[in-house]
Amino acid sequence: MAKRIDVTGLTAFYGTHRAIEGISMHVQPKSVTAFIGPSGCGKSTFLRTLNRMHEVTPGGRVEGQVMLDNEDLYGPGVDPVQVRRNIGMVFQRPNPFPTMSIYDNVVAGLKLNGKFSRAELDEVVEKNLRGANLWNEVKDRLHKPGSGLSGGQQQRLCIARATAVEPDVLLMDEPCSALDPISTLAIEDLISQLKSRFTIVIVTHNMQQAARVSERTAFFNLAAVGQPGKLIEIDTTDKIFSNPSVQATEDYISGRFG
Amino acid sequence: MSDTVKDTVKSTGGRPAGSGAAPGPEGPSERPGATAVLRNTTLQQPRLPRWAPAALVAGSLGAGILIGVLGDLDSRIQWGLIAAVIYLTATFAVTTVVEGRRQAVDRFAASLVWTSFVVAILPLASLLWETIARGIPGVSWYFLTHSMNGVLSWQEGGGIYHALLGTVQQVLLASVIAIPIGLLTAVYLVEYGRGRLAKAITFFVDVMTGIPSIVAGLFVLSMWIMMLGFGYSGFAGALALSILMMPIVVRSTEEMLKLVPGELREASLALGVPKWRTILKVVLPTAIGGITTGVMLALARIAGETAPIILLVFGSNMINANPFEGAQSSLPLFVYEQWAFGTEAAYDRAWAAALVLIAFIMILNLVARGIARWKAPKTGR
Repeated sequence: MAKRIDVTGLTAFYGTHRAIEGISMHVQPKSVTAFIGPSGCGKSTFLRTLNRMHEVTPGGRVEGQVMLDNEDLYGPGVDPVQVRRNIGMVFQRPNPFPTMSIYDNVVAGLKLNGKFSRAELDEVVEKNLRGANLWNEVKDRLHKPGSGLSGGQQQRLCIARATAVEPDVLLMDEPCSALDPISTLAIEDLISQLKSRFTIVIVTHNMQQAARVSERTAFFNLAAVGQPGKLIEIDTTDKIFSNPSVQATEDYISGRFG
Repeated sequence: MSDTVKDTVKSTGGRPAGSGAAPGPEGPSERPGATAVLRNTTLQQPRLPRWAPAALVAGSLGAGILIGVLGDLDSRIQWGLIAAVIYLTATFAVTTVVEGRRQAVDRFAASLVWTSFVVAILPLASLLWETIARGIPGVSWYFLTHSMNGVLSWQEGGGIYHALLGTVQQVLLASVIAIPIGLLTAVYLVEYGRGRLAKAITFFVDVMTGIPSIVAGLFVLSMWIMMLGFGYSGFAGALALSILMMPIVVRSTEEMLKLVPGELREASLALGVPKWRTILKVVLPTAIGGITTGVMLALARIAGETAPIILLVFGSNMINANPFEGAQSSLPLFVYEQWAFGTEAAYDRAWAAALVLIAFIMILNLVARGIARWKAPKTGR
């Protein structure tokens, strides 16, 4: 059930420091939206506000509105645990649970939240490992530890783990930055397959990657170090990369600064 | 720069072989600023033969013994220390001459580490040896399964069943109290604790680590026995032991929980797993190996406590299987009592009981290591 996200006037704090300020945007369902921008401009912070992971950091606080279809994620009475169950996340570094087997890693989100029959779990494991293009590589060692896989395989395992709980939205925080080009290609292929099922938001430092995988691209920037990061513009990826409406975007994309 | 050049000149000058065959490096070294001097024309350097360290050890041991005998020194420790000093000096001198200064410093540091290791291990090894040699004859099935009831101090026979039973019960009771409280405190400090309360708890845990066991014993004596009016019992001893055990469990568990990468917690939270389940199912299992080791070390530490046991458990020669009522004994207390009797038979019993105590703690440690290895996160393919 891919859902759309509408963000209005979002500001995020670390203690008293404003990390990002006044961000408003729409994220379309069943499409890939890429966030680009220089380091420290708040892309990852913004991504983490979209599933209330920002407040896990000590001192993390958010003002503004994030609507998932018609529900405000920061509305009164909203349980952050429930939010994260609907909006999954893949991190920069692959982080499979070291005490669990490949099988248990995939179904961790289900097993830690409720009871399921063995047959149901088997089905979920096969479906999501196939979905992550990992099934053929690991089907003979499902009960071996997940930490024995290569970096690229571990990251695909983490994607399978995130998709296994059937979220509405999948957030990816630089999912390929720790991987080699071949694994990166595998993940990018996977992203283009996954967008038929999920709304995907991806943070990336790699502009070719943004151009390859995304329909829409958002450019973030900050005026100076210590200033809050801001959304400069968001548009279709073609437009951003060929004819952006803001000079700063063009400077960044053409490599004149950043 | 010029310092480096000088150093290099010295070390190349000290080498008998090699530098003679290639006069190159000597020449330009006179001019400061000539970087070529830092490079040797060959990569090979004169090395001490492989048997040299062994020969040095043997030689300096011999010299130490010789000096000891000639100088009429009665303490073997003095012999050993002299040998160690000779060994360190000789290693440094010989290596300087043959291999050069840098290698000499390297070998000197390595020898120092090894010598310190030997010095540290010697008392431990001799203690073990002494206990085993004197304790083995006294240990028998009879000794392990009988109490001292009716055995007079100068008589042969008797056993430690009552003391072993007491130790096991008191340590178990202390663990039942201290481990849950310690674990939960550590979880609070690492996962939830922010601000003043956490700082205060950390401070008091540190203070508790330093509490002498006799003070813990006196505290329980005044609270439990004198104020509340309960009698001597194994449980009173266990209370004092748990006070000693708690800070160790908190500290070691805290360190282990801190080692669990934050990424794992985030990965679990991002799957929509509540925080308490994340801690229970992801954080604790990841750290369980280290936590077990820490808990077992704490157990080993309290199993050998005597002072609070004297105050609170009182000691008894009879088997008392009820730790909540009446005096009990324990292994350390038994050793202390037997030693105080001062008779030949009592000495033998003391040594044998000490050996059983060491074995008991050793087995606990081995079990802990086994569990830690079995539970540790697997990395293999």
